[in-house]
Amino acid sequence: MKILVTIKQVPDTATQVKIAADGKTIDPTGITWIVSPYDEFAVEEALRIKEKRGQGEVVAVSLGPDRVKEALRSCLAMGCDRAIHLNDPAWAAADTLVTARALAKVIEQESAQLVLCGRQAIDDDMGAVTAQLAELLGWPCAYWIMEETIDADAKSVRAARQVEGGLEVFDLPLPAVLAAQKGLNEPRYPTLKGIMGAKKKEIKDLKASDLGGAVEPPQLSVVGLQALPPRPPGRIIQGDVPTAVKELVRSLREDAKAI
Amino acid sequence: MKLELSAEQQMIQAMAREFADSAIKPIAAEIDRDARFPHETVKRMGELGLMGIAVPERWGGSGADAVSYVVALEEIARACASHAVVMSVNNSLYGDPLLRYGTDVQRERFLKPVASGHTHGCFALTEPQAGSDATNQATLAVRDGADYIVNGRKRFITTGRESSFALVFCQTDRAEGHRGISAFVVEKGAPGFTVGKTEDKLGIRASDTAELIFEDCRVPAANRLGDEGQGFKIAMTAIDGGRIGIAAQAVGIAAGAYERSVAYARERKAFGVLIGQHQMVQWMLADMATAIDGARLLTLRAATLKDGGRPYRTAAAMAKLFASETAMKVATDAIQVHGGYGFIREYEVERAFRDAKVTQLYEGTSQIQKLVIARDLLGDHDGRA
Amino acid sequence: MPGAFWCIVEDDRNGSPKKVMAEVIGEAARLAPGRVEAVWLTDKASEAGLKQLGEWGAARVLLLENAAFAPYRSEVWVASAAELAGKESPQAILAPVTSRQREFVARLAARLGVGLAADSVGFALEGDKLVATRPVYAGKLLSKVTWAKAPWVATLRPNVFRPAASQPGKTASVERPTVTAAGALMKFVERREEVSTGLPELTEAETVISGGRGMKGPENYVILEDLGRVIGAAVGASRAAVDAGWRPHRFQIGQTGRTISPKLYLGFGVSGAIQHLAGMRTSKVIVAINKDPEAPIFKIADYGIVADLFEVVPELTKEFKKLLEK
Repeated sequence: MKILVTIKQVPDTATQVKIAADGKTIDPTGITWIVSPYDEFAVEEALRIKEKRGQGEVVAVSLGPDRVKEALRSCLAMGCDRAIHLNDPAWAAADTLVTARALAKVIEQESAQLVLCGRQAIDDDMGAVTAQLAELLGWPCAYWIMEETIDADAKSVRAARQVEGGLEVFDLPLPAVLAAQKGLNEPRYPTLKGIMGAKKKEIKDLKASDLGGAVEPPQLSVVGLQALPPRPPGRIIQGDVPTAVKELVRSLREDAKAI
Repeated sequence: MKLELSAEQQMIQAMAREFADSAIKPIAAEIDRDARFPHETVKRMGELGLMGIAVPERWGGSGADAVSYVVALEEIARACASHAVVMSVNNSLYGDPLLRYGTDVQRERFLKPVASGHTHGCFALTEPQAGSDATNQATLAVRDGADYIVNGRKRFITTGRESSFALVFCQTDRAEGHRGISAFVVEKGAPGFTVGKTEDKLGIRASDTAELIFEDCRVPAANRLGDEGQGFKIAMTAIDGGRIGIAAQAVGIAAGAYERSVAYARERKAFGVLIGQHQMVQWMLADMATAIDGARLLTLRAATLKDGGRPYRTAAAMAKLFASETAMKVATDAIQVHGGYGFIREYEVERAFRDAKVTQLYEGTSQIQKLVIARDLLGDHDGRA
Repeated sequence: MPGAFWCIVEDDRNGSPKKVMAEVIGEAARLAPGRVEAVWLTDKASEAGLKQLGEWGAARVLLLENAAFAPYRSEVWVASAAELAGKESPQAILAPVTSRQREFVARLAARLGVGLAADSVGFALEGDKLVATRPVYAGKLLSKVTWAKAPWVATLRPNVFRPAASQPGKTASVERPTVTAAGALMKFVERREEVSTGLPELTEAETVISGGRGMKGPENYVILEDLGRVIGAAVGASRAAVDAGWRPHRFQIGQTGRTISPKLYLGFGVSGAIQHLAGMRTSKVIVAINKDPEAPIFKIADYGIVADLFEVVPELTKEFKKLLEK
């Protein structure tokens, strides 16, 4: 069974982000890039499915500029069999829909039977590509999955999705799209062998023209980025614990009106 | 000159760092306090391929290089020096000589399970009466048909208790002095081979340092590594590589203590300002950072020479000397930056201080490193100058 | 006249809209007075629920009632909602952030070929455009986005927008448009309920208590739950506490957990790592209790007490009890 995992390279959470001169993007200087954490859950799950079945292929796919190769290579080091890099300036302003359209074409070209995505990328937190892929492909989709099992003849997948108050379990006929939630698994570290072997694995470059047809304009565009308005300075309440607590309760009640 | 790690080396470094931060750091203080060998995390290090980094995949290793070994080891040592020494011995002192001098049959039996991290190997050279002067071996191996009969004691053997294989150096021809030393792989459980006491140590407390006792221990001749009389050369070659590992360990210990000091200088206030704003503290931090970088560069140079198949003995000795002295100095200053808190276990720089000390002692004391460096400079390897 | 502002109804799976709908409807009414329509896909709507939507200010309720809509499956909902959108041409489609709405409106936007602004915290009409504000990069920056064409699809972060006041007597015209219900691809197997803590749900609660590494162990969360019961707060945890196995992941607040925006957030023994701040920094009032005066959470806290949480929590529970008994 062929499993395709979509990944996104994002700035490390701990990285300082600064707004670039254009006011719409971030300044890439000094940023540490990582594979978005939810995507690592997706990669891990794909590898586990392959290992459990004893056969299959796991392909990592990402859309983005040259630096994205590094993220793909780390997926290869984790154990993905090969990678596809959608790299074309035509996608520079891609929104979720443009991204999903490109990925959907790759999924069709590859005839993947299962697509795993992270719940959302931790840069823009849109969390839309999984559902939009499902829509473009006409496949069923389960969001925020906490567990999954593929049936023996790879005809369907049983997935438990997290909802408010519990888990909902569904059988989805394959092909299907799943969005990984934290808690699905614990992603592995790449082994040294995996790292050493990654450079022998293929990363295929695809341009927009390789997917046939022009790139449609984005439907959502960024007008501008801005820093958070600073919070007014807070107040450390002094005094022994009973006194401080009394004062806190009074302030919450009378000043902040939060209780 | 290119001073940049390759993409693979960077990934190995990142992996080792993440693993060290998430799996080793949280237990480091506890295993130090309890002097407990960390079986679980060492096993995981094996699975990640950290126990046979430069051994080819064919023999169970990862097929990477000495530079990868150095950067990974530094990251592990940054979190815990005990884990680092276990890793260093497995790679440098056991794995490297087995790869270099072993026959394919020996590599299959004695190297593969160790390089793949399934079990450990140790290096048994030091004796109660033979530390820095390793030419003076009292352990004897006497040929008896297809076997040797080994008698003697080895002391301060890192991973001695936990290893399945010991690389043991014995006198096979007393008259020949150090040219009469031979190397043998002795398997755990061999009749006549027992482990004596485990040492209670100042530092690297979670690693096991044990005494190995051989009493009429029968070792097949097929377990002899290299020729009779080649043992001393095997030992010295292994230690040359091992010194690169200890240098990396020392850099890691120093880097860990330094990072804690920087963090502390950014949060602790004295005389109304953060202590990092006091020039005295700034100077200490600047000296620490500079010395660590110097030690790291020396270590990487030695590893690069080894990877390039060029002579590295002097470079390894220099790296080990400078890095271990740096580790001790940095750890001492790190406590100073922390003031009284540095003396308290909770702040962890005292562990770096205790762990750093051994790097000036094992695989050749600092004094021995100077001897090696000076003799190489003077072109005098028999000590006649 | 421009199209309506649709508010996709999130319900309690029992025929009533969730309270968060007052916020969605309130914001829609602010942006498009008189053009607010509630669109409700459900297996069974209650009369009281329909009345409530009217009282909140929906002029019209488009009720799509069909057994096929429960449990929620995106392929079924999207087909019906898209068909209706084709007939009605709404100008905007708004929904609250919940697990299913995030998926549903994303899929619907793809079907309609329009943009989506997820997890928005503000809207402004600029000329004939709608501009949404949304936190990005772990909440370190705000991004303003706009749509190339209508309908403008967005989800709204709960507890951020001012809820519409309930106006008794105000009613909506309820219509039951005919749409085809597509066959479901997904087959429902079971629903596994979480063991209820009896406390409000994290993302919906107006007050949230969070326990971090300073809680020292799973057994100590009971003191936070006691406090939670007194003030009607949800109890969550930081990633450090979740990763240590003290609390299940569903209680995690932060970048790889739930994003919350309560009126009052109380952090106990929470250091305030960027990870955590990403999930709670839009809280209105932030209180931090930590014995480390350098803990980063104090930088964003409105009120802080530097003390041992194990001393503060019982005292606070006692004081709140006194206050609420009055």
